Amino acid sequence: MASSDALLPISAREEEPSCPYTKLPDGSRSDPETHPRRRRPYKGLLAVSFGLLLIAFYVALIATQDGSRSNEAANAIDETEKTTSSSRARLAGVSEKSNDGLWKLSGGRNTPAFEWNNSMLSWQRTAFHFQPEENWMNDPNGPLFYKGWYHFFYQYNPNAAVWGDIVWGHAVSRDLIHWVHLPLAMVADQWYDSNGVWTGSATILPDGSIVMLYTGSTDKAVQVQNLAYPEDLNDPLLLKWVKFPGNPVLVPPPGILPKDFRDPTTAWKTPEGKWRITIGSKINKTGISLVYDTTDFKTYEKLDTLLHGVPNTGMWECVDFYPVSKTARKGLDTSVNGPDVKHIVKASMDDTRFDHYAVGTYFESNGTWIPDDPTIDVGMSSSLRYDYGKFYASKTFYDQNKGRRILWSWIGESDSEAADVQKGWSSLQGIPRTVALDTKTGKNLVQSPVEEIKSLRLSSKKFDLELSPGSVVPVDVGTATQLDIEAEFEIKKESLDKFFGDASVVAEAEEFSCEKNGAGSTVRNALGPFGFSVLATESLSEQTPVYFYIAKGKDSKLKTFFCTDTSRSSVANDVIKPIYGSVVPVLKGEKLTMRILVDHSIVEAFGQGGRTCITSRVYPTTAIYGAAKLFLFNNALDATVTASFKVWQMNSAFIHPYSEEAVRALTRT
Amino acid sequence: MKLIVMVMTMMMISEGSMIDQTCKQTPDFKLCVSLLNSDPRGSSADTSGLALILIDKIKVLATKTLTEINGLYKKRPELKQALDQCSRRYKTILNADVPEAIEAISKGVPKFGEDGVMDAGVEASACEEGFQGKSPLTSLTKSMQNISSVTRAVVRMLL
Repeated sequence: MASSDALLPISAREEEPSCPYTKLPDGSRSDPETHPRRRRPYKGLLAVSFGLLLIAFYVALIATQDGSRSNEAANAIDETEKTTSSSRARLAGVSEKSNDGLWKLSGGRNTPAFEWNNSMLSWQRTAFHFQPEENWMNDPNGPLFYKGWYHFFYQYNPNAAVWGDIVWGHAVSRDLIHWVHLPLAMVADQWYDSNGVWTGSATILPDGSIVMLYTGSTDKAVQVQNLAYPEDLNDPLLLKWVKFPGNPVLVPPPGILPKDFRDPTTAWKTPEGKWRITIGSKINKTGISLVYDTTDFKTYEKLDTLLHGVPNTGMWECVDFYPVSKTARKGLDTSVNGPDVKHIVKASMDDTRFDHYAVGTYFESNGTWIPDDPTIDVGMSSSLRYDYGKFYASKTFYDQNKGRRILWSWIGESDSEAADVQKGWSSLQGIPRTVALDTKTGKNLVQSPVEEIKSLRLSSKKFDLELSPGSVVPVDVGTATQLDIEAEFEIKKESLDKFFGDASVVAEAEEFSCEKNGAGSTVRNALGPFGFSVLATESLSEQTPVYFYIAKGKDSKLKTFFCTDTSRSSVANDVIKPIYGSVVPVLKGEKLTMRILVDHSIVEAFGQGGRTCITSRVYPTTAIYGAAKLFLFNNALDATVTASFKVWQMNSAFIHPYSEEAVRALTRT
Repeated sequence: MKLIVMVMTMMMISEGSMIDQTCKQTPDFKLCVSLLNSDPRGSSADTSGLALILIDKIKVLATKTLTEINGLYKKRPELKQALDQCSRRYKTILNADVPEAIEAISKGVPKFGEDGVMDAGVEASACEEGFQGKSPLTSLTKSMQNISSVTRAVVRMLL
């Protein structure tokens, strides 16, 4: 077995991640900015020992200057006067998990103490979203279609309901909805992945064989890329996988830190007939995507150029790169190129936990890409996101079975880890979505849950209602925890005319955002907000509104926002309850449409045919089981809204544990 | 000799400032510095190392709080329900949050470390809320919230 040392570049070789307190010599690049991580050069034994003596002296000096604090802190940590709401580096606004929101917990002295019981927790498990039987899951890995089966792999912790000990889980389906769990595909049994079998992607070769590239965290916690392939291509279930004996096939190149090199993509063909992949990384705070060419997936040449990079975006995880058709809403094989094609670069931003993408042009001659609109380049706060809610580490694959591109996404929890441990599981996958370029705008993608989800639809009810200003209307559909809702809204012409003519209606579109000032769906404005409230109690003590908010722009145009407000989704004080959403493009003549999938603790909302999507996790304590209801509301001050919609009860997907019987059952349908 | 002393002094001043530089970017400079200085590994650690020291402090504090909780069952039997909840939450900090954070930071995927560290603060707060204003653990709760907040800031420097 090759020694890990032999393959690593100098800077990596000298790092001892298992002994984190060892000094690191100055790395292989000069760093103009003062960086807390950089270490000074080694001086000499005499100098160092003398220096250490003086360091000890200096530390003693600081300690005594600090007075009694340091001693106290070490042994009996007392409360400090400092509040938690003081400013903090890089935290403000970047993460939904803000300290303020958590520690000024709702309630206090007068609300009853809240406790999770097993009934509330077991309700949270979904009926038709992919999730393992227990424990922690994160990134989707290597999705592919092969010999009649959709394969799905995922980051999995077999030992706990929190991240750790990561291996590859595996499941198969005929229709991306009804799944059977299979045995683990890959475990951490080699030195080059003993610290983690991390994210990777599949490439299907022209002869029909499959190669899988994935990141391994080595025994020295260096991130490397490894090759694996099915042991038996005649087994349509691809139960067993073989790791290439020559692994790793890629190690961090010079200039890239050993822990900034992960998540290789599906490969695409170059004009020379080679295969090309890209791997996300960073240099200082610039997020980048490295490019490698290969003919056999075993040896690679690194291109001098990057696919792309954007300053101040931090580490790019789970990079994805693929073509989209400009003229038709269909999927394209990853290698397709041509005049009717644009290319998407997507990355998951480690700093913010947002997935961003941009539409642009790929230059196959040198493997570079530029965005159509550099002001909304990948990772910038203003750039487009697949989803404005809880959604990360997404990955697409080309489904050659039905000629579409499918998007998988990791949907984490928004509750406390104690609850995850108590309920025994954590995380879901979003319903797979088709993704394509919005041929009407040409500037954004549109996503839609795969058609096959309609096979879960049971009974339905159709409604046509007129909502007067300020109305809240219960929608009687029976149980309301597993629903598919398709709705169309229209504001009455008289109300719109009045709105435009009314000078007292302030133009606020430029400053508005769904999460602004925490008022969410409770605000009342000229034209709304209006929409549905899902997982609501009869008294609306808990509810999750999904709605449109229409704001007037300075140029008198309307700007429409699509939002989900989880701030009142639960009275529990240990869950995160953000207000999510974004502007949604509405073209002339279009009615306002939304689609909502409700599945226990997950709500997936699609605005305007999937131009703006929002996934939310909610944890109601009373709006559960039979007590969960559906409402329609119109908060407008005096506009009337008509709503025309259909609500389906959704069946369970009956995702089964592994057995040959379960596999056979899927084959029969 | 004077020159060497001067050079060594300057060397050691910039040595001490690693902790200073790091702690300046956290919500509680004093707490951060005192925690890191109280650990012998602090003076020679890089950012990952400092984060791991702080996570260790979280572990120590959680253990201490659990001991306190166990003692309270006899002294304050009327608080049993809240104490049960707190016990569960502090056990989560020890058995889930801390190991997750240590593994994540050691392996260079600090965002999972951020999750674990932040959750420690969430669990402490949720436990506190369970007493509805009459908590015997307030001081320990605040310590956990503060250490969690400081540690999170340090972990975010690794992103």
